[in-house]
Amino acid sequence: MEASDTKIFGFWIYLMTDLIIFAVLFACYIVLHGNTFTGPSSQELFHMPSVLAETLILLTSSFTCSLGMFAVHRRIKNWALVWFSITFLLGASFLCIEILEFTDLIGRGATWQRSAFLSSFFTLVGTHGLHIAIGLLWMAVMMFHIVWRPLGGHTVSRIFRMALFWHFLDFVWIFIFTTVYGIGYLQ
Amino acid sequence: MTTHEFFFGKLTAEAIPHLWYTIGGTLFIIAMSIALAIYLTKTKQWGWLWHEWLTSTDPKKIGTMYMIFAALMFFRGMIDAGMVWAQQSIAADSLGYLTPDHFQQIFTSHGDIMVFFVTMGFFFGLMNWIVPLQIGARDLAFPFINSLGLWLTVAGGILINLFFVVGGDFANTGWLALAPFSELEFNPSVGVDYLIWSLQLSGLGSLLAGINFLVTIIMRRAPGMTLMKMPLFTWNSLCAMVLVISAFPVLTAATLLLWLDRAAGMHFFTTGHAGNQMMYWNLIWMWGHPEVYILVIPAFGMFSEIVSTFSQKKISGYVSMVWAAISITAISYLVWLHHFFVMGAGPDVNSFFGIVTMLIAIPSGVQVFNWILTMHKGKVTLASPMYWFIGFLTLFMIGGMSGIFMASPPADFQVHNSLFLVAHFHTMIIGVALFGIFAGTTYWFPKIFGFKLNEELDKRAFWFWFVGYFIAFIPLYLLGFMGAPRRIDHYDASTGWQPLYITAMLGYLCISCGVVTQVYMVIKSIRQRKNNLDATGDPWNGRTLEWASHSPPPFYNFALLPEITSYEVFWDLKKKGWQPDKNYTDIECFKNTGMGIYISVFAFFAAFAVIWQVLWLFIVGIIGVIACIIILSFDDDLEYILPAAEVAKIENSYVKIKG
Repeated sequence: MEASDTKIFGFWIYLMTDLIIFAVLFACYIVLHGNTFTGPSSQELFHMPSVLAETLILLTSSFTCSLGMFAVHRRIKNWALVWFSITFLLGASFLCIEILEFTDLIGRGATWQRSAFLSSFFTLVGTHGLHIAIGLLWMAVMMFHIVWRPLGGHTVSRIFRMALFWHFLDFVWIFIFTTVYGIGYLQ
Repeated sequence: MTTHEFFFGKLTAEAIPHLWYTIGGTLFIIAMSIALAIYLTKTKQWGWLWHEWLTSTDPKKIGTMYMIFAALMFFRGMIDAGMVWAQQSIAADSLGYLTPDHFQQIFTSHGDIMVFFVTMGFFFGLMNWIVPLQIGARDLAFPFINSLGLWLTVAGGILINLFFVVGGDFANTGWLALAPFSELEFNPSVGVDYLIWSLQLSGLGSLLAGINFLVTIIMRRAPGMTLMKMPLFTWNSLCAMVLVISAFPVLTAATLLLWLDRAAGMHFFTTGHAGNQMMYWNLIWMWGHPEVYILVIPAFGMFSEIVSTFSQKKISGYVSMVWAAISITAISYLVWLHHFFVMGAGPDVNSFFGIVTMLIAIPSGVQVFNWILTMHKGKVTLASPMYWFIGFLTLFMIGGMSGIFMASPPADFQVHNSLFLVAHFHTMIIGVALFGIFAGTTYWFPKIFGFKLNEELDKRAFWFWFVGYFIAFIPLYLLGFMGAPRRIDHYDASTGWQPLYITAMLGYLCISCGVVTQVYMVIKSIRQRKNNLDATGDPWNGRTLEWASHSPPPFYNFALLPEITSYEVFWDLKKKGWQPDKNYTDIECFKNTGMGIYISVFAFFAAFAVIWQVLWLFIVGIIGVIACIIILSFDDDLEYILPAAEVAKIENSYVKIKG
C-alpha cells in the first residue's frame, strides 16, 4: 500500500494547487463583481431554481460516488458500476443544465465580452464546468477499467483518486453557490 | 471562416522569417539541428540517446538533461543581455542599432529565459542530482512525472525560441507581460501569446516537479531521517518547493486570464469594459515575489553545505538555519505589493508591506551570521566552491542593503522603475542564484560524473564573474540615482549617462570572458578526466549522506543504507570507521518511458495551435495528450525487480575500479 499512499498524497497536493487556481478566479470574481459597465448585474441574471437543481444534483452525485467507492473497496464490481453510472449521469445532467444556463445568458446579450463582471463569472463557473467534464471522462475510463480488468491495488488507487477529484469539485461548487449565486441573489 | 483560416489560423506569409535577426536565428537553429543529426547518425548514437537519456527516469540523468538545457538557454540569455547593453552604450543622441520594438523584445526574452529556463532549470537539475542521494531515496516519488516535468519545460523553452522561425515577433512587454500594455488593444501581434504559452508549459513542468520533490522529501526519506536530520540543501529545497506549489498556480491562472482577454475578448485587465489592470499586477506579483525566493532559497542550502564541508566543521546553528529558511518562505508570501508601492494603495497598505519586507532581513541575517560563524575557527580550505561562496557573501550584502533601502516606500518612490532596481535584482540573481549554481555544480559534479572539474579554471572564471559584476552593475546603481529609467532604448547625451553605460558594457564583456572560461573548463575537465578521477566517492571530505554513495552512483543510488543518526550522517560514519554492508537485497526500479516526451510533444503542438488559433491542430494536440494519459493508466508494471545478485555484481565492479 505504500506506493499508492504516496500517489494519493501527491494527488492531494495537486488538488491543493488546483484550489489555488480557483482561489485566483474567486478573487477576480469578487473584485470585478460590481464592474458591470452598465450591463446586466448578478441580480438581474441568475435563475435560482436551476442553480438549486444543479447544487442538489452535484451533492447527490458526490454521495453516489462515495457508494461506488465503497463497493470498489469491497471488490463488488457490479454495484460499483451501478453507482458510478448514476454518478456519471448526474454529473452529465449538471453539465447540461450549466450549458443551458450559459446559452440562455448569451441569448439575453449577457456574453463574457459584455463586462469585466461577466468575464469573471463565465471564467469561474466555466472552469468548474471544464473540471466536471474532465471528471466525467476520467469516470468513464475508470468504469472501463472496472469492467475489463481485475480490481487490483493500482486500479483501486486510481479510482480512489478519481473519487477525490469528484468530491473536490463538489467542494468548489459549494463556494461557487454561496459566493456567486448566493450573494448575487441576496443583494 | 475561410479555408486559409481553417488550416492555418492567423498564420500568413508574414510569419516567414524576413528580418535580419529572425533569419539569423532560424538559420542558426536549422544549422545546429542538422549538425547534431549528422553527428548522431554518423556515430550511430540515436538509439543510445533515446534509450539511455531521453526516455530515462533516473533523476541523475534527468538532472543532467536539465543542466544541459539550462546551459543552452543561458547562452541565449547572455546574447540578449549583450544586445541590450550594446544598444544602450551607443544610443546617446542616436537611435542605436535596434528599433525600439526589437529592443523591448530582447529585454523581455532575456528576463523570461533567465528566470524560467536558466535559473529554475539549473536548480531543478541540481535537486534531481542531489536531493534523492541526500535523503537516501532510490528515486523520486513519481519518476514518470519527473520526466514529464523536464520535457514540458523543454517544450516551453523551444516555444519561447520558436518566434524566430514562425512569426518573427516576441512580446515587447517586459518579462511579466504587465496589463494593459500586453492586451490585444496595444499588442495585436502573437508575441505576447508566445510568452503566455511558453510560461504555461514550463510553469506546468515546474509545478509537477515541485509536487514531485515535495512528496519525495516528505515520503521517501531513509529510515531514521527525521525532518531535523535532513541536510540543509534538502531543507531549503523543501521550502522552495512549498513556494513553487503555492505560487505557480497563480501564474498559470493570471496568464491564462490575460490570454482569455486577448483571445476570447474578455475584460479582466483591459482598459475598457470595467477591467481592472491592477488586479493583474497583484496576481502576477503574488506569484512573482515567491518566485524570487524560489530562485535564491535553494542556493542558500547549497552554500550551507559548502561552507560546512570546506571549513571541516558542523554548520553553525543548524536549527536556526532551518527556521530561517522556513521564516523566509512564510514571509515571502506577504511582500508582493512592494513591487508597486507607487500604485497608490495609501500609507497603511504601503507601510504594512514595507515593514514585512524589512522583516525578511532578520532570517537572512541569521543565515549570514551562521555562515560566517561556521568558518570561524574552522579549517577553511579555499577550494573553488569557496571562492563562489565568499563572492556570494559579498554580493548578498550589497544586494540585501539595496533591497532594504527600497523596502521603504518613500525611498522606493525615488528609484522605482529605475536602473537602481535593475542593479538590485541582478545583484541578487547573479550573486545568490547563479553563484550558488556555479558553486553547487563544482561541488557535486564529481559525485555525479566521477571526476572533478578543473579548479584552476573555475577560480579564474570566478574572478572574471566577480570583477565583471562590479564593473557591470555598480554603474547601474549610480545611473539609477541619476534618474535613468530602466528599459530605455536611447537617451540624450546631455544626461551624462553614456560613460556609465559603456562601463557596464565592459563589465558584460568581462563576465562573458568568465562564461567562456567556464565552457573551456568543462571541455578541458572532460578531456583530462583520468587525472581527476574520484575513486573514493568522497572527494571533498564531505559530511552529508550523498557522499556515502559511489561516484558516479549506480542508478539505484544506494545498495544498502546506513543508519541515519544525524544530518551529518556520513561524518559520523567516517569517525566510526564504517564499512558498507554486503547483504544485498532485491531492488525495485522504475522502467524508462517515452510517454513524457510524447505528452510534451502533443502539448507543444496544442500550445502552438492556441498561439496561432489553429483549431484542428489544437484538437489533435489535446486528444493526443488525453490518449497518452489513458494509455498510461492501463500500464500497471512500470517497475521491475533488480535481483540481489545483479546488485552485488554492480557493487563489486566499483570495488575493482577502486582497487
